[in-house]
Amino acid sequence: MSLRIVVTVKYVPDATGDRHFADDLTVDRDDVDGLLSELDEYAVEQALQIADEADDAEITVVTVGPEDAKDALRKALSMGADKAVHVEDDDLHGTDAIGTSLVLAKAIEKAGYDLVISGMASTDGTMGVVPALVAERLGVPQVTLLSEVSVEDGVVKGRRDGDAASEQLQASLPAVVSVTDQSGEARYPSFKGIMAAKKKPVESWDLSDLGIEAEEVGLEGAWTAVDSAAARPARTAGTIVKDEGEGGKQLAEFLAGQKFI
Amino acid sequence: MAEVLVYVDHVDGAVRKPTLELLTLARRIGEPVAVALGAGAADTAAALAEHGAARVLTHDAAEYADYLVVPKVDALQAAVAAVSPAAVLVPSSAEGKEIAARLALRIGSGIITDAVDLEASDEGPVATQSVFAASFTTKSRVSKGTPVITVKPNSAAVEAAPAAGSVEALEVTFSAQATGTKVTGRTPRESTGRPELTEAAIVVSGGRGVNGAENFALIEALADSLGAAVGASRAAVDAGWYPHTNQVGQTGKSVSPQLYIASGISGAIQHRAGMQTSKTIVAVNKDAEAPIFDLVDYGVVGDLFDVVPQLTDEIKSRKG
Repeated sequence: MSLRIVVTVKYVPDATGDRHFADDLTVDRDDVDGLLSELDEYAVEQALQIADEADDAEITVVTVGPEDAKDALRKALSMGADKAVHVEDDDLHGTDAIGTSLVLAKAIEKAGYDLVISGMASTDGTMGVVPALVAERLGVPQVTLLSEVSVEDGVVKGRRDGDAASEQLQASLPAVVSVTDQSGEARYPSFKGIMAAKKKPVESWDLSDLGIEAEEVGLEGAWTAVDSAAARPARTAGTIVKDEGEGGKQLAEFLAGQKFI
Repeated sequence: MAEVLVYVDHVDGAVRKPTLELLTLARRIGEPVAVALGAGAADTAAALAEHGAARVLTHDAAEYADYLVVPKVDALQAAVAAVSPAAVLVPSSAEGKEIAARLALRIGSGIITDAVDLEASDEGPVATQSVFAASFTTKSRVSKGTPVITVKPNSAAVEAAPAAGSVEALEVTFSAQATGTKVTGRTPRESTGRPELTEAAIVVSGGRGVNGAENFALIEALADSLGAAVGASRAAVDAGWYPHTNQVGQTGKSVSPQLYIASGISGAIQHRAGMQTSKTIVAVNKDAEAPIFDLVDYGVVGDLFDVVPQLTDEIKSRKG
């Protein structure tokens, strides 16, 4: 039987751009170029490797986001995923992590899955909790933050490198996995892959397709509220010296003045 | 007075510093009630009492070590049911955030992660966060349910505030999901004898300019002269010069020490995301145009192979 892999990806504002907030204190997605979150490329890569090892596998990429988020799906398809689902609905604007996990869980169930693979966090929200939330909602094991992952005979195994210890984990499918940036370099899409991606199916679902009420998501449905967002004041310009042979001593003098020595 | 649950991060009963910082923040909101799980849970009580815990709820079972995350969520949920707290505070480790998120969903509450400060208000605790690679500061509240908030290390001072710290057994029934993900092996990290990266008052980091694993000895020597933790940029980690556990930046650790010394690090946005909130920043770099110099309180444009050893020697001689 075919191994059904669903990869969740996010379309995010470019971290090297000038990211800021819109008037309603949501992330401004209009003024900064968007792209597939770099950390989700690792999820797509591991999905492709697991699919290669399996006799028969199909990879569906799912994203929740505005019209432009299709770009993230195209990138994943050009890397080699088979098909894509775009959950798009005006009522989703301002959805928090709890709401996002609801939409993803419903979409993953509708798509059908044996294995869900996510990145370790998004590069904009950076919470890193959505995979755990999706596992909680689906009622399946969470095997998260893996630097190494493999699937064999309906069992997913992996290595989770924590602060205190490195752990070997194991769970039966279906399961939700997340992978870190240590899991292996993501491939670049080939020219052939880019051309093939244009013909791959991208389905669009809205909230009613998933049986979700508008009040459950969006800014109004969020269980958290941002009261204010302020640009961090620029650091006051420091002293810069050129090393003329005494640079280390000058630095020590500064540190002593600041009572660090 | 309202009670505030504090999830205790400990190793066999030794309480880690970020938990003591949480007690400081919890006291701003209400009376801290600590929840300690697993082997050595009851041994945490003395340290917790000294820093303000009125009660310490404990439970030990093999499940906490043998299965990932969910048994701890079950226990914290039982504690919420038993205490009806005004808020739940959890250290912002990778595991802490996962525990907090699942708990929040179960009890129908909003969650805020990676707070760097917390204050009481009429509408519940207000959390300060650093976002977009620390280029913005936001203030947020949980608007539904019992606020669940994870807090980063170094967000508050550890304060002595003696309280009763009476140990009480917590009743926990594990859910069907508790045994879903088995921990089949565990290799503890070898101790370097240096402070924890996220908890250290001083961090000395090396980057691409260090130019080789063997040269990290220079960075370590400087760190040791200051009693500091050692960090590395992603470039240095990807090159295999230093372990990933020491990586500072967006996909590594985020640190906020009193002093951050960057050597041979250009200061790309991904690195800045992990260190920009440090109180004092110092850099040594050959390239005068490196973006790291935009952040520094003091910078030396020069070869780190000259500057760093001289600095280390000078610190040693000044410290005698």
